[in-house]
Amino acid sequence: MRIRDDLQLIYDWIPSGSRVLDLGCGDGELLAALVAHKHCHGYGVEIDTDSVLAAMQRGINVIQADLEQGLQHFEDASFDVIVLSQTIQAMQNTETILQDMMRVAKEAIVSFPNFGYWKNRLQIGLLGHMPVSERMPYQWYNTPNIHWCTLQDFDQLCAQNQLTVRERAVMSGSRRINKLPNLRGSLAFYRVG
Amino acid sequence: MNHSDSVGIVVPQSFAFDTPLRLQNGSILPHFTLMVETYGRLNADKSNAVLVCHALSGHHHVAGFHSPNDKHPGWWDNMVGPGKPLDTNRFFVVGVNNLGGSHGSSGPLSTNPFTGKAYGADFPLVTVADWVNSQAMLADRLGIAQWAAVMGGSLGGMQALQWAIDYPERIRHALVIASAPKLSTQNIAFNDVARQAILTDPDFHGGHYADHGTVPRRGLRIARMMGHITYLAEEGLGKKFGRQLRSGSYRFDYDVDFEVESYLRYQGDKFADAFDANTYLLMTKALDYFDPAKAFGHNLKAAVAGTQARFFVASFNSDWRFAPERSQELVQALVAAKKPVQYVALQSSHGHDAFLMDDTAYMQAVRIYFNNIAQEFGA
Repeated sequence: MRIRDDLQLIYDWIPSGSRVLDLGCGDGELLAALVAHKHCHGYGVEIDTDSVLAAMQRGINVIQADLEQGLQHFEDASFDVIVLSQTIQAMQNTETILQDMMRVAKEAIVSFPNFGYWKNRLQIGLLGHMPVSERMPYQWYNTPNIHWCTLQDFDQLCAQNQLTVRERAVMSGSRRINKLPNLRGSLAFYRVG
Repeated sequence: MNHSDSVGIVVPQSFAFDTPLRLQNGSILPHFTLMVETYGRLNADKSNAVLVCHALSGHHHVAGFHSPNDKHPGWWDNMVGPGKPLDTNRFFVVGVNNLGGSHGSSGPLSTNPFTGKAYGADFPLVTVADWVNSQAMLADRLGIAQWAAVMGGSLGGMQALQWAIDYPERIRHALVIASAPKLSTQNIAFNDVARQAILTDPDFHGGHYADHGTVPRRGLRIARMMGHITYLAEEGLGKKFGRQLRSGSYRFDYDVDFEVESYLRYQGDKFADAFDANTYLLMTKALDYFDPAKAFGHNLKAAVAGTQARFFVASFNSDWRFAPERSQELVQALVAAKKPVQYVALQSSHGHDAFLMDDTAYMQAVRIYFNNIAQEFGA
């Protein structure tokens, strides 16, 4: 089985047999792998029609909905793990979705592009323009991403919401980074509960 | 008619049942007839059968033509046929006219065995659950122990849901399209306006219009005109007609000024000529009464807890009569009950009627869903 590098990291964090809700599931790659190889049960939520159709093709449970409308489709504490992969930075109500995620599941896995990545810092700090990088391929005027943060910022948001950070990882390209994560990591992963 | 993707000429079949059917209202139909059409071939292990349930004014004629000169194909011909989303090269498709219908199944127009005359208003009020029971008897007759899928839009989707609840082991997939787990208050209100138009027509005669040699055409016509408006959306209707005038200027009388008036009157007339008033009354009541959660303490999650089918649910954004929120209620209950479901919230300007249209994403979604089903039995 081969899945996208960043999804692989999330995949490895999810215990076998979990009930999983994958927000912004895209074509359902992660969920399909979890169902096929880890005996997980789950649902994906996705707004884009082409992605929903692709996820349907994989045979996973997929629900077309806008995350900005909240997670009202889902009962309290009805999932073991909830995943929000590279989506939180594009949402209007960052804090609300985080709180709603913790209502629905025992544990949340959130990944986002790290604004503190050295190449981003270099571009804004030295070159004086908004960063464009591997995890942030948009120009400032056409980006769907409206809420940038760094690892430190996200740590703070978690603390503010009484969420314990159980695990944290960063990647650069397809490599895991261990030293100086807030500087060297382009993509951040959090396991909070 | 000569389309390679059509099921071609079809001949409806009548199935007579002598086993009494106990109805939800307490009465018993001692024997009854169902008018049926089938397309495609039932495979050797009978695992490829799909029941297509009709909506309010539908019937058994789902696809194909009745004669070489037939101008109009069955009502879901764009969905059902060789190579179409519900592919008759792979699936055996069954269309049935519901009990109480006016297209050949036992209903107000058929003969009451006790009186030797047409039932008229005396035909009992049947419910969605009654239809499902009669369809289960039809499945027995066809040798189908389990449907690969039961599918329907609107009132048809309600039947698919009822199937999943009442016969969990006899249905593998339920496709519930532009439907609802129960009608909204506003929908019940619309239905009653339609019924009042018919009931107060001077030609109605308490439903025994046949005895008087009349038909409550005016009532039916108004009912249909009103219904028709609610099945469309302003977006689609406005695009089609806008404020176009028939003769270019106002007439200053009550005849047809606007094109949309002409269109609606035509639709109303066509319907009044083809549909039985008692059937219209009965079908709208079946819609109003549908509420499978009622028997489970009004808890929809509990109602679907025993289902074994996988669900496909689809809604359309411009459908205000069966709004996406109604479909989402069902999705929510299924998720809460940990049931498998795929839900597509589709965009269309066609209102409730969108489920009969060709919107690309919609057709694609159904195609993908049936492709996956076909893989289960290796077709």
